[in-house]
Amino acid sequence: MQFSFSAEQEEFRSVIRRFLEAKSPTADVRKLMEGEVGYDPAVWKSLSNDLGLTALHIPEEYGGAGFGVTELAIATEEMGRALLCAPFFASSVMAATAIVHAASDEQKAALLPDIASGETIATLAVAEPNGGWDAGSIKMSATTAGDVYRLHGTKSYVLDGMTAGLIVLAARLANGHLGLFSVADTSDGVKRTPLKSMDPTRRLARIDFDNTPAMLLGSADGGEAAYAKTFNTMVACLACEMAGGAERLREDSLEYVNMRVQFGRNIASFQVTKHKAADMLLDVEMAKSAAYAAAAALDDGDADASAVVSLAKASVSETYIQTAIHAVQMHGGIGFTYDNDTQMWFKRAKASEVFLGDANWHRERMLQNWSA
Amino acid sequence: MTDMTEQQVREEVRAFLKANWDPNLSLVAWRNILVDSGWGAPHYPKEWLGKGLPAAMSLVVDEEIREFGAVGAAKMGIRTLAGATILAHGSDLHKQTYLRGILTGQETWCQLFSEPGSGSDLAGAATRADFKDGKWIINGQKVWTTSAHHADFGLLLARTDWDAVKHKGLTYFIIDMRQPGIDVNQLKQMNGHASFNQVFITDAVIEEDMRVSELGEGWKVATTTLMHERRGADGARRYDAKIERPEQLYQEYNEEIDHQLAPYIWYPQRTGRVDLLIEHAKAEGRYEEPAIRQEIAKVLSMAKAAEWTARRAHAAQNLGKPPGPEGSIGKLAASHVARAANRVHTMIAGANAMLTGSDSWMDGTIAEILVSTPAISIAGGTDEIQRNIISERVLKMPKEMRTDTDRPFREVPRNQVG
Ligand SMILES: Cc1cc2nc3c(=O)[nH]c(=O)nc-3n(C[C@H](O)[C@H](O)[C@H](O)COP(=O)(O)OP(=O)(O)OC[C@H]3O[C@@H](n4cnc5c(N)ncnc54)[C@H](O)[C@@H]3O)c2cc1C
Repeated sequence: MQFSFSAEQEEFRSVIRRFLEAKSPTADVRKLMEGEVGYDPAVWKSLSNDLGLTALHIPEEYGGAGFGVTELAIATEEMGRALLCAPFFASSVMAATAIVHAASDEQKAALLPDIASGETIATLAVAEPNGGWDAGSIKMSATTAGDVYRLHGTKSYVLDGMTAGLIVLAARLANGHLGLFSVADTSDGVKRTPLKSMDPTRRLARIDFDNTPAMLLGSADGGEAAYAKTFNTMVACLACEMAGGAERLREDSLEYVNMRVQFGRNIASFQVTKHKAADMLLDVEMAKSAAYAAAAALDDGDADASAVVSLAKASVSETYIQTAIHAVQMHGGIGFTYDNDTQMWFKRAKASEVFLGDANWHRERMLQNWSA
Repeated sequence: MTDMTEQQVREEVRAFLKANWDPNLSLVAWRNILVDSGWGAPHYPKEWLGKGLPAAMSLVVDEEIREFGAVGAAKMGIRTLAGATILAHGSDLHKQTYLRGILTGQETWCQLFSEPGSGSDLAGAATRADFKDGKWIINGQKVWTTSAHHADFGLLLARTDWDAVKHKGLTYFIIDMRQPGIDVNQLKQMNGHASFNQVFITDAVIEEDMRVSELGEGWKVATTTLMHERRGADGARRYDAKIERPEQLYQEYNEEIDHQLAPYIWYPQRTGRVDLLIEHAKAEGRYEEPAIRQEIAKVLSMAKAAEWTARRAHAAQNLGKPPGPEGSIGKLAASHVARAANRVHTMIAGANAMLTGSDSWMDGTIAEILVSTPAISIAGGTDEIQRNIISERVLKMPKEMRTDTDRPFREVPRNQVG
């Protein structure tokens, strides 16, 4: 495992950071989170066309740049830091990854180039009203008539489910296996309902499928393996996204206490504030280490990658919300206001605690996959 | 009277309610009867609308009133702090003028303490009060003032002497909020409510007889208000809930909750709603999960211990001790409980913790808990300040070295945020 980023990776990170500082300042995030669509198509276009982020980890033969999870995770870390409102996580991290792992060459050639160019916004629908992200929780059924599959059931908590033009989803085949499917948003029997998201920077939807025609990606017995790989990538990227958000909160809080004066002195000069800041640094650095290790384990093909990934999700999610709690506290009254930015990250941290499975569930998954 | 047993109190209250409770009265008419009887505020002294009973006994009285299905005196909000402060430090005129309106709910109060430049460091208030032609002229800005947009009167801490050291230059006033020099701006909170405000004060006027403290002695009076506030934030606190019955009095009571008490509608949620944990787990079908049960049990234990600690403090007061810095322990405990309960509600909600409003369980109550608990460790003095009070005043540990109390206030470094 590598414990440092290469010069190219560092440069890549700083390019994204500069881009997001320019294109996704907090004032814009506020406008988007309060708006109808939830993201800015112009920023999406520029993120796809100018930076090529939507192509990042897609293989070159399908219009991508062929990078690994580590680079994808750097991008999500920066997006978490900037609280970017965009369907990147849904389309690139979730849907594209699922297609890469599940689909046949022919299907990849048909689906991936448009996702790589940002033309198509896709999502991956896994969880159902029971709220589980593991393969075992997937109950939605797919029936066949000839080679056409039909889907019946409900997906919930679908990330960017209202905006995605292509829905990739996991459903149960008649043979008991998991199948990954693709559905165009124009297909029959697709009914989308927006859910009220606590974190308005990350929109969710419920999607009902009623006898909806769908294309099975890949084979009728490869879904489990494809989903397992996809899930690990999603979780590693979420861990990095959370680490990025936590670091931003930590930095902003430090900046605030350094300028706020009470009792005739800087509140940063109180030892208890310093200790809190020091603990926050410790927590966030440990969170980053875990998140980076998760991405690296996937790129290295480590046998215990699932354990490392779940370790990262569980611990980083706890650090993120704890950092957010400290951040509000260190701001005092102003930290509890809507106009102070801290609350936006607080809500992302809250939602991220449970998105893709909560800490308890991931710790259990970690132990089940532990090989050391 | 002070030596009435709990049993005697319960019996007397019941007898009084039996003879007098009439839900066809107007809310104010009923509360006037209640207040005249002394059962509206039994912990107030006999000569001022009470029965001179210990504070803890008034919880017993409230319990009886609730169980009877009757409505008690107005209790929510700053009014109780106003009452306690006026009783402790106010003049007979203040008591005469305000106590009844506080208890009947006809008049609403706010606490004009915090400013953009002074929150934890409340004694750093820089709102000025200048004495001109026999009246006080007030100028400055207050912030985070809960309920100022509803308030008739405010408890005001203002600086009357800029050459005195910080704690010696403050004076405590009652200010009429319904006057031209007062501009109130609602501020939206992270949970979507807007219960606190910015208050801009420009040449507002206070008559000399509405000064509560001696000149320069405002800090002492403020400390009384704060101690009552902290004690009120402990684990024994209850919130008014609507009563769905047809009679006029209940309608008016519910209306009071909807309007006057709207700023406090989310206050139960900021405590973490420990009372909902089991119900929530059952509703999510997760009450049988061992990990969840462990976590619920831990929070319940913590909350119970906090409540019993608060009750011990109340019992000590029964023996005649005024609320002291121990109130800070209760407030700190409430912060811990709220944070822990938030964590466990999140765990129980699972994916539903990502939802809000009507998509969240109990029509958004759970979501509201998740984004409201951070208030409890800030409002009424932060956790860090409570720890300072506990260590320095309860444990008598050496005081933090200070550089702001040894010089005229005008020379103390300050800043403005917000
Ligand atoms: C929901 C809500 C309702 C409120 N209602 C009212 C109201 O009705 N009336 C009113 O007057 N005020 C009200 N307040 C204000 C509240 O009392 C203040 O926000 C609080 O006292 C903190 O002050 P501040 O916001 O200026 O934060 P600051 O004092 O700037 O504190 C910032 C951070 O520094 C820390 N800090 C400060 N001093 C020290 C120290 N000596 N040692 C260690 N750490 C320190 C604090 O703990 C905090 O973490 C309300 C606040 C909230 C959140």
